[in-house]
Amino acid sequence: MFIAIAIVLGVASLIGGYIAIHHEKLPVAIIASGLVSLFASVIFLLLAAPDVAMTEAAIGSGLTTLIFFYVLNKIRQRND
Amino acid sequence: MIKKILIIALLAGVGLIFFDLFNAYQGNETLSKTANYYAENGAKDVGAANLVTAIVVTYRGLDTLGEVTILFLAAAIISFALKFRKEDFIPNRPVRITSELLDSASQVIVPIIFMVGIYIFINGHLTPGGGFQGGAVIASGVLLMIMANPNFGISHKVIATVESISGIAFVLIGVLGIVLAGGFLDNTILPLGKLGDLFSAGVIPVIYTFVGLKVGAELSNILVTISHAQNEKN
Repeated sequence: MFIAIAIVLGVASLIGGYIAIHHEKLPVAIIASGLVSLFASVIFLLLAAPDVAMTEAAIGSGLTTLIFFYVLNKIRQRND
Repeated sequence: MIKKILIIALLAGVGLIFFDLFNAYQGNETLSKTANYYAENGAKDVGAANLVTAIVVTYRGLDTLGEVTILFLAAAIISFALKFRKEDFIPNRPVRITSELLDSASQVIVPIIFMVGIYIFINGHLTPGGGFQGGAVIASGVLLMIMANPNFGISHKVIATVESISGIAFVLIGVLGIVLAGGFLDNTILPLGKLGDLFSAGVIPVIYTFVGLKVGAELSNILVTISHAQNEKN
């Protein structure tokens, strides 16, 4: 059961990573990279590291995603 | 052609190095000597139910001080790099109207997120998590506030005051350890108490409260600064 969940999460992170690199639309890529962090935090939880999972969920999928969006917004403003 | 061969050779070399690492890897059947010491004497020496916290705050307390310093430097450098002149500031930049759902939900959820963050760092010595995690959770509450109201800002004075008071308190507690107990950041200057109580484990809860406030203030400052930089005229 544990291995099955871990494999599903691992494959999902790989797909998320691929989308984050290769998707044409940047907002989609940013969301995908946030999702990878979210899957990673669940994997940390399964591996009995709840404190690392908390940090990853809050910083990896929360703060970093918003910062990416702000940077994207700024770049678009400059290019207009 | 030569470039491609070089790339392939490089990849093969890296693969060889990692294969060696992978091949030589053996899982530890028993704890190493240091880990064994922590596992056996951690509860007795430090009095914290959460061994990770015991190691992070007491045995490796100096490293934690270094980490907090690095985070402070990062926040300071971001503020410095994103500084712009007052004339370039657009007071109320046009923003998309926040959805009703996000606006209403944020008013209900933000206090709960703050409470969870504070719970995490106050109970750092009992339950998983600690100052850094609690601070990160508090910062994600600030993030939700910024998302609900993009022109929201926190006064830099408040952030600077919270941040510097907690930093100074952390170092002062460390110095008190030299004066009253065995050395820098020794946590026995307060009674160890009963294992598992809220008021136990010496100064760990106190230090983690300050670390939590400091990390929360720094991460919120990064968010507020970056959000503020959106108002710069191009």
